[in-house]
Order: sequence, then C-alpha cells, then structure tokens
Amino acid sequence: MMETKRRYVIPGDVITTGPFRPEQNVYQEGDRIISTSVGISEIFDNAVRVIPLTGIYMPKTNDLIIGKVIGHSSLSWEFDINSCFVGFLPAQDVFGRDYSPTKDELKERLDKGDLVAARVANFDRSRDPLLTVQDRDLGKIESGELIEISPSKVPRLIGKRGSMIQTIEMATKAMITIGQNGWIVVSSEDPDGLLKAIEAIRMVDAQAHMPNLTERVKSMLGVELGDNNDTINE
Amino acid sequence: MTQLMNENGIRCDGRRVDQLRNISIKVGVLKNADGSAYIEFGKNKILAGVFGPRDVHPKHMANQDSGILRCRYHMSPFSVTERKNPAPSRREIEISKVIKEALLPAVILKDFPRTVVDVFIEVLQADGGTRCAALDAASIALADAGIPMRDLVSACAAGKVADQIVLDINNEEDQEGQADMPIAYMPNLEKITLMQLDGILSPSEYKKCVQTGINGCKLVYEMQRKALMDKYFTNET
Repeated sequence: MMETKRRYVIPGDVITTGPFRPEQNVYQEGDRIISTSVGISEIFDNAVRVIPLTGIYMPKTNDLIIGKVIGHSSLSWEFDINSCFVGFLPAQDVFGRDYSPTKDELKERLDKGDLVAARVANFDRSRDPLLTVQDRDLGKIESGELIEISPSKVPRLIGKRGSMIQTIEMATKAMITIGQNGWIVVSSEDPDGLLKAIEAIRMVDAQAHMPNLTERVKSMLGVELGDNNDTINE
Repeated sequence: MTQLMNENGIRCDGRRVDQLRNISIKVGVLKNADGSAYIEFGKNKILAGVFGPRDVHPKHMANQDSGILRCRYHMSPFSVTERKNPAPSRREIEISKVIKEALLPAVILKDFPRTVVDVFIEVLQADGGTRCAALDAASIALADAGIPMRDLVSACAAGKVADQIVLDINNEEDQEGQADMPIAYMPNLEKITLMQLDGILSPSEYKKCVQTGINGCKLVYEMQRKALMDKYFTNET
C-alpha cells in the first residue's frame, strides 16, 4: 500500500510526473500531471487527484441533495439546487403513474420556496439534472434550519465513514440532513443543541483544510476526546 | 519632453530597466461575487469579480457543447485625471475582447455546457499597463471562483524607452516612449496568450523585448501565487 502524499496546489501546479492516473481536477500534459483548482493534491494508489477548496456543485447521479422549489410547469417542478443547472422533478414521481395535469394540482404538494430532499436520478452534459424523491427519507422537508456551506467541503463535514457528522449529531442531539450540493438542514427539539450544531458545521466550513479537524470540533462541542488520544497522553 | 531615463540607467519613476512596479494582490475581496481579486500594480488600482458558471442570458448566446466566457473591462469616471465618460468606449470594448481571448486558453469550460462565466473588471485608478494588471487580477479571481484552469495567466508589459528595452512600462513611458508590448503568459505551460505591440522594434530588439516581458510575467506569477496561497492556506499550523 502506497502512502498518501498531500500538498497544497493552485491551478497550473505540476503535482507529479510519471505513469500516474489522472482523476478529479487534474489533467495530463505530456507526462506531467497538473492541477486545475485551488486545493489539496493527493497521490494514492497511482492515482492523482485534487480536492478543491472552492467551486460550485456539479450534479452527479445518485447524489443526495437539498433543493428549493423555484416554480413549476404543468408536468414538473423546477428546483434551485445551488448549481449552474436547474433540477427537474417530474410530477409522476410524486403523484404516481396515473398523474393527469387536468386533475392534479402540483401546488398542493410542493409550492415555491419549499425545501425538498431529493436524489439525482440522471444527469449528463446534454440535459439538466433529473431528480427523484422515491426513496426512504426523501421528500419535502417540513422543519429545520437551512445552512449553506461550500459544496467542496461537504466530504469533510461527513468525515471518514461518517465520523464527523456522527460526532456532531451525538453531541448536540440534532438531526442533520446533508445535501451534496452544500445545503444542510438541521433540526432539533433542543434550541441549544441546534445552535451548537450550526456552530460546528460553520466551523468545519471555515477550517476544512486543517488537520485534526474532528478533534477540534470535539473540543469545541465539549466531547471527551477518543480513547486513542488518552494512550498518546500516557 | 520629460527625460525618461538618466545617465545611470534609472527611469523617471526611479526604477531600473528590469524592475517591476510594486505589486500587491488581495483575493476574495467581494462577498457577492463567486470569485474576486484586487490588485495594486504601481499606481494602478483594479478590481475584478467573477460570476459563474451560471445561466446564460440572452439564451441565444449559450453553447450546447461548452461553457462560454464573457469579459467586461471598464474604467471608472474617476480613474483618470480628466473625467472619463462611463459609457464603454472603443478602447474598452477592444481591451475586453483581448482580455477574454487571453483568458480563454487557460480556462476549461467543456464541463459546463449551456452556462457562462462572467468576468467584470473595474479600473479604479489607471497609470499605464492596466490591461496587464487587469488580466492578472482576472486570472486570480477565476481561480478563486473555482473555475477549472490549465494554468494561471500572468501578464506584464515590456517596451522600448530611450533606446533601451525596459520592463513594465508606466503611463509616462507609454505616452512618450518608443514601443509598448503587453504580454500575457502561462508560466507552467510556457505559452503566450496575449501579445500586442505598439511601436517599432528591430528583430533583435523584438526578441529581447519578448524575453524581458516573459521574465516580468514570471515575477508577477510569484505574487499571484502568494496571494492565492495566503487566502486559502494561511491559518495552517
């Protein structure tokens, strides 16, 4: 297993030369692999990629996202999904196959300004992203606080196998729904927990490139640090 | 006519022939833009804001295969000694066009079909070489907005003053000098994206002028790099 090498890069920086596989946010020029974004470069298993620190959300099939209704036609809703594209949710997806534009009123189910948790069903460069709400935990969001963070920092908020988000949820007893597009809904019975959770999410957004972020968030939330830390102290 | 260079080879503003003016760059100065930068290039003060990728209006400009780049260079009425009419002049339209064409080889827009990236450049104070300084700011603002780029674009002028090839022409040298050559350059790819020449140079002078300009761009690149690093990676321990 190769060790992961990390570096801070800006567009145009040569990350490495040689037989590596270019992945996200890099391109190959001759045998040089060059970054296209401001971010952190990673070389892992002969693959090179850059984790960007800035930029908009690009829809990917199967992403869970949070969208805001901006309008509808007689057959579909249109969503602001914090991207350069507009998300479409067909009416059949909500009303079922026997949907008829003359009988059913779209406004009764989802109106302008409503927040919806949805999944990207299909997206390619020739069409705008198609959304679906036919899955567990998807659909209209009835209550909660909307927070916007940079979409490039969402993976950091989730953490390795969900470690970061679990930490925050456990410490604040809040329910957090993370959209890959950088929109997050937090809801909680306890107003203090809600504020704490929002503060923690903002902290991750601001300090996403720092090492030991989970530890920092834990100490901010007043959680006991993990067992492995105690052994280090001894 | 003012004396542009004294017998010791020192120029009218006290610089050596191969010396740039003082440059300071700040990234992310505008909250409402997706990316922004502010540059002070000697007495030039220029603000650049980038929006996008976003929906194209008017719709007929949209390209189904790729995103498009739009650029607007504008001088404020108070940027020069005599009030400038704020309506876009022939010169501003031309500079908008050359800046757009200088940035186009650097940006990668094929992943954003039917969208536009807008670059707005506002010259707050002008003192010669604004198109180069504007390009420097625009290129960092694009990087700040997270637009994928093959390389940063660094720009700097060279020229001929008092029969000598000099780096970074200022306003006086531009008015009274013999030649002015703005150059934009992608330092890592070693490619020129903009080159204009106003004046007459012999072939050997031309070669030296291009080389001087490229060296200047490399110096500018270091400043751009530092500005970006400062914004994104400073509170690193």
